[in-house]
Amino acid sequence: MTTIERPRYQVIGTRPIRPDGVEKVTGRALYGADVRLPGTIYGRVLRSPHAHARILRIDTSAAERMPGVLAVVTHRDLPAVADGIQNLGETAVNVRELAANLLADDKVLYHGHAVAAVAAVSPHLAEEALGAITVEYEVLPPVLDVREAMREDAPLLDESRRTKNIAGQVVGERPSNIAMHHRFEAGDVEAAFAKASVVIEREFRTKMVHQGYIEPQNATAVWNQDGTVTIWTSTQGAFAVRGQVAELLRLPVSKVRVVPMEIGGGFGGKIPVYLEPLAALLSRKAGGRPVKMTMSRTEVFQATGPTSGTWIRVKAGADAEGRLLAVEAELCYEAGAFPGSSVNAGAMCMLAPYDVENFRIDTYDVVVNKPKTAAYRAPGAPAAAFAMESVVDELCRALKMDPLAFRLKNSSREGTRQVSGVPFPRIGHEECVRAAMESDHYRSPIEGPNRGRGVASGFWFNGGMQSTVLVAVNPDGTVNLIEGNTDIGGTRASLAMQLAEALGIPYEDVKPFVADTDSIGHNDVTGGSRTTFATGLAVYEAAMDIRRQMVARAARILNLPEEDLEYVDGGVQSKSDPSKRIGFKEIARQQARTGGPITGKASLVARGVGPAFSTQIVDVEVDPETGKVTILRYTVVQDAGRAIHPSYVEGQMQGGVAQGIGWALHEEYCYDEQGHLLNANFLDYRIPTALDLPPIETVIVEVPNPAHPFGVRGVGEVSIVPPLAAIANAIYDAIGVRFTDLPISPRRIVEALYGGKEG
Amino acid sequence: MAKVHVRTEINGEPVEFLAEPRQSLLEVLREELGLTGTKEGCNNGNCGACSVIFDGRVVNACCVLAVEAEGARIVTIEGIARDGELHPLQQAFLEEAALQCGICTPGIIVAAKALLDREPNPDELRVRHWLAGNLCRCTGYDKIVRAVLAAAERLQAQEVPQR
Repeated sequence: MTTIERPRYQVIGTRPIRPDGVEKVTGRALYGADVRLPGTIYGRVLRSPHAHARILRIDTSAAERMPGVLAVVTHRDLPAVADGIQNLGETAVNVRELAANLLADDKVLYHGHAVAAVAAVSPHLAEEALGAITVEYEVLPPVLDVREAMREDAPLLDESRRTKNIAGQVVGERPSNIAMHHRFEAGDVEAAFAKASVVIEREFRTKMVHQGYIEPQNATAVWNQDGTVTIWTSTQGAFAVRGQVAELLRLPVSKVRVVPMEIGGGFGGKIPVYLEPLAALLSRKAGGRPVKMTMSRTEVFQATGPTSGTWIRVKAGADAEGRLLAVEAELCYEAGAFPGSSVNAGAMCMLAPYDVENFRIDTYDVVVNKPKTAAYRAPGAPAAAFAMESVVDELCRALKMDPLAFRLKNSSREGTRQVSGVPFPRIGHEECVRAAMESDHYRSPIEGPNRGRGVASGFWFNGGMQSTVLVAVNPDGTVNLIEGNTDIGGTRASLAMQLAEALGIPYEDVKPFVADTDSIGHNDVTGGSRTTFATGLAVYEAAMDIRRQMVARAARILNLPEEDLEYVDGGVQSKSDPSKRIGFKEIARQQARTGGPITGKASLVARGVGPAFSTQIVDVEVDPETGKVTILRYTVVQDAGRAIHPSYVEGQMQGGVAQGIGWALHEEYCYDEQGHLLNANFLDYRIPTALDLPPIETVIVEVPNPAHPFGVRGVGEVSIVPPLAAIANAIYDAIGVRFTDLPISPRRIVEALYGGKEG
Repeated sequence: MAKVHVRTEINGEPVEFLAEPRQSLLEVLREELGLTGTKEGCNNGNCGACSVIFDGRVVNACCVLAVEAEGARIVTIEGIARDGELHPLQQAFLEEAALQCGICTPGIIVAAKALLDREPNPDELRVRHWLAGNLCRCTGYDKIVRAVLAAAERLQAQEVPQR
């Protein structure tokens, strides 16, 4: 671990067992699909067999007459909602479009678009009832590719759509599938290119890929007789679900209670609602029976997630000394059926590792007849970094310069102007590059035929947003830590550790609990790599609240003035005579007679987000017979700011890399010409298995975030940004072929080596 | 649809249930018997989240009909810890931080136990090969493989009887 100025901590930096661990290794932890209330009935969704069609008629009468079918809903059952943007944390949604995605109104816009939902006494009966619903469609030509969709003669998903600018003002005169166009610009790009001694320009394509969480979406809802709605679901944001359901059903948020169950992965994909409002509507129609809905894996692929397919052009120039002078880029991202891709985030991330004064980046958010995209780990960044870091690799080869030396020479640092115009705070890209250069991996030679090495860097903003934390001191000296962020990968541990450190008590004495939306103030999503940072800040402040109260209680017990007392190492002692001291547990024991229960709280909007960088090294071997790429060795270097629980930090680093490897080599949404998704299952949409991956070596760099008491930045996302380019660069190094289209599948490699239509 | 009476053994205890012929073992475990530790990830045999040990073999419970359980001996994740003590695999998963979201964890622990029951001393490649049918999207498998190897070592060192 590369460590800068590490203070002495008791708990932070250790590797205790997570508080929810035993429940999860014994199968007792309850996830959304494990909820079963008395009287539960089961909901299923009818989905469009067409990618683009007008709905002429829906007849649900036969289904409604089936014995055991208790409710059927279509778009007519949704209250009309107006345009309105709701911020979900990493992404925002237009509520009217969210409603149209939930249940199609006049048109279906992708294969798998929900058309109707049924609730019946058994899941099998609900499935059978779907077959009794008749839908008449007028099939329309689909548009599936971002570049095709941008053409003036392309089929239109929405005839009323005009291109808007980043501020939401209409700038286009004609109907278009281009929902948004923006230009980021600084310096004098043309003049800078004129000075360059090397200029590389390439076009890149990536396909839609899915978050691939193993747990399908699920929801159980009850429309209670008093007009309130209760929802149990696996979500990254209970409050985000509450807000969306309230908007969609035209209810005050106070009428909706969301109980977050354990969540089986999300990666950004479990922030938008898909089933929750349907289950609620079905429950109302079924007289308040609990309605349980779970998606099949096919539905997950067809109708949730994914992230954008992209077309990206990058032109970059450097001088003979290896200074990056100018970058020009066009980023075209598929938003799916409704606007809202993360194309602008891609633009703001792609240049972040570099100090480059002259750039012009055009971004286009484009609708196509494919599912509406959702956030996916560092949304927008990996595809943009794939393009940029591949071009940088070519620049380095043309300049005969070590690719890490190039990155070090051109690295962004504190004060560097970002694409957005905002200067960087303290960041750790240089430290990541240096740690990569000094790693055993980079110092070891790579030898042998068809073997090669690649590197790449990546950036992610990280998030702040709103958090609330409550802390209650128990009479036995333990504390309850009540928070509102679902634990998707170890945040109970990382928050409990920060509380233990701040209070000077053992980690084992902290009992974290994830509350529902009726039991705690607002919390934004577990996403944006924000929880350990932002909710951690709230934990720290709540600990300070507790410490102040412990001093006041100690003053009464010790009969000393508060001014003479201070909180030190899990107890309160006299400044003038440190032998007069009382421990945390003893104050806790006496709380009933010194003023009653001791509770602390903190609510905040987290400021001072610490951005994250990662630099990665990969060795590959390409089998020229089969086109198979074997990852021989992988090292991920990442700036964590401060690693609260290093094992879970490493886990985030490794997990992002694994997803990046899948994206680079074999994951893609495959469509036929009519827009049918052909590989909506885990056999044909292949995510990496244990056999596909090597041990993934981790190097945690710690450049503390000055705005967090322990220096935390956030670690969840940035590791997925570099792998796409790092692997493409390694494959070039191995076989001398530059792949600009993902995935670099065995078929593509064989065609490139032996001729064929693609290269 | 007429239900079939099935007599089986789950986690060492005799169990009887009525099942429709079309119901999978996974559906009956979860929805009828309340054994929700066995997870559904794909319902078509590709993800391994519903791994159970069926007469000594690892199977995907989603690909077994419930009526096939007649006379079988089945071990689910709920039967891995015994007498109030975690199995060394479970302990190793905790210590090695081998889970993030935890949804694949029950299936992986069940599959790994079946491996260690028959091969107490597997090498890394063998573990990766054996677990290739259990998808995990969070971890990149590194810590999972380490945990299985650590558990194998612990079982060997303790010479505890395989169970």
